[in-house]
Amino acid sequence: MLNIIGAVIARDLKLAMRRQADIVSAVFFFIIVVSLFPLGIGPEPELLRKLAPGVLWVAALLATMLSLPRLFADDHRDGTLEQLALAPHPLGLVVTGKVIAHWLVSGLPLALIAPVLGIQFDLSADALLVLTGAILLGTPALSGIGAIGAALTLGLRGGGVLLSLLVLPLYIPVLIFGAGAVDATVSGLGGEGHLSLLAAMTIAAVGFAPWASAAALKIALE
Amino acid sequence: MIYWNSLSDFLAMGGYGLYVWGSFGVTALIMVMEPILVLRHQKNTLARLKRQLRAESRNTAE
Amino acid sequence: MKDRFNLYRFASPATFYPLAGSLIPYFVAVSVVFGLAGLYLGMLVAPTDFQQGEGYRIIFIHVPASWMSMFIYLVMAFWAAIGLAFNTRLSGMMAQALAPTGALMAFLSLWTGALWGKPMWGAWWVWDARLTSELILLFLYIGYMALTAAIDDTRRADKAGGLLLLVGVVNVPIIYFSVKWWNTLHQGSSVNLTKSSMAETMLWGMLLMAMCFWMYSIAIALIRARTIMLERERHTDWARAVIAGAHE
Repeated sequence: MLNIIGAVIARDLKLAMRRQADIVSAVFFFIIVVSLFPLGIGPEPELLRKLAPGVLWVAALLATMLSLPRLFADDHRDGTLEQLALAPHPLGLVVTGKVIAHWLVSGLPLALIAPVLGIQFDLSADALLVLTGAILLGTPALSGIGAIGAALTLGLRGGGVLLSLLVLPLYIPVLIFGAGAVDATVSGLGGEGHLSLLAAMTIAAVGFAPWASAAALKIALE
Repeated sequence: MIYWNSLSDFLAMGGYGLYVWGSFGVTALIMVMEPILVLRHQKNTLARLKRQLRAESRNTAE
Repeated sequence: MKDRFNLYRFASPATFYPLAGSLIPYFVAVSVVFGLAGLYLGMLVAPTDFQQGEGYRIIFIHVPASWMSMFIYLVMAFWAAIGLAFNTRLSGMMAQALAPTGALMAFLSLWTGALWGKPMWGAWWVWDARLTSELILLFLYIGYMALTAAIDDTRRADKAGGLLLLVGVVNVPIIYFSVKWWNTLHQGSSVNLTKSSMAETMLWGMLLMAMCFWMYSIAIALIRARTIMLERERHTDWARAVIAGAHE
């Protein structure tokens, strides 16, 4: 079981490494969107500190969405996906591997760059730590839920826009608790409660979403 | 039995007329327009299917 | 064996189409009767609310519309589950027939909520937990309709839409509770729309209006389902007979 997941992760990472420009673009998209906000609302540190969690999280949601349409599309085009669906091992495990690989190339870089962007918003060291932790804990759920949307819209015209229409409402709980964790830390309440709920959501999403995506892929491949 | 003293009282809704009638008006509009549109769509679909059926039977007869 | 046969017979479009056709007038009639009775009680007989004045009368459409918007989503998810489990053709058609009405109910709930909020809260829109959840529900309806509209193959559209509905219905409670928590953290509005204890006539008026909306939704969904059914089954014998017998 772990062999299959590991093999899929290794394969997807190798493919992603051939397309490093995509990963870098998504990270820069994140950086640019976050940097636009102070220009739009003004440089007052008080205001920026208040807005930082929401801005960083919304930008993270959008940045992880960028690579979702490609999650299954490449494998679909060259016929790999059909073969994986016909293989004896459950398709859900394959999707689990793909979700983890997607997180490693889309969610993880955001978590690493987020503290630097947080400094632009004058966040304290505590808040920066919680921000990094929240993005680390929350983005796997985004990859998981996003995989369902990517599978449902596989091969459809206007798939990218449609995908965001389907997936963004389902991202709301992650946004609320992710931004809430940082907010609570800034206001001195402590973000542990939010972080543990975020972790619960991620476990649920990474556990269940691949199987729903596998069902959606089978529908799309019929 | 009836709560209102006059028609103008009823229409004024104790100063909330705009809000109350704005709500009821849009609701009524939607609940009248939706059936009209749905029925019109049904009629158009039926007519289109009938044309297709006729064209098909003409083709097979030839 | 016999039960199975009957179940399939009822779920077959050939039986359902005429059955739905003969039921629609009754649902319309019942809806109109409930609606008139509800409006009479709510708008003419019910006394004013001592807290909110006459503005509270928006409740007679706001609450039924909100209930229906949530209920229709649940019914769609129910049909989706049946469709995915038993592979029945009817379920996908019913889910698609219900969606536009559900979305309109969600819109009405937001519209009347805004018109109620303005005099009560002093703002057209408040990020109240329930209003926010209703907005997200509207997004879910729009996502479902966009997905099914984008897929040309009806079988795939039904199944993909069904899966999305099931994912959505699992997420609705999570979304609701997270929005509620978010709202309490950020000091939401203190005025509660349905808090004040209601007189009996008000309650009856509201229930009658809810019945009216319910019957209306069934009637509209059945009409829409019949159109979808005819379109999809146009190559079968029964559909050809119906189409040939229809008036221009």
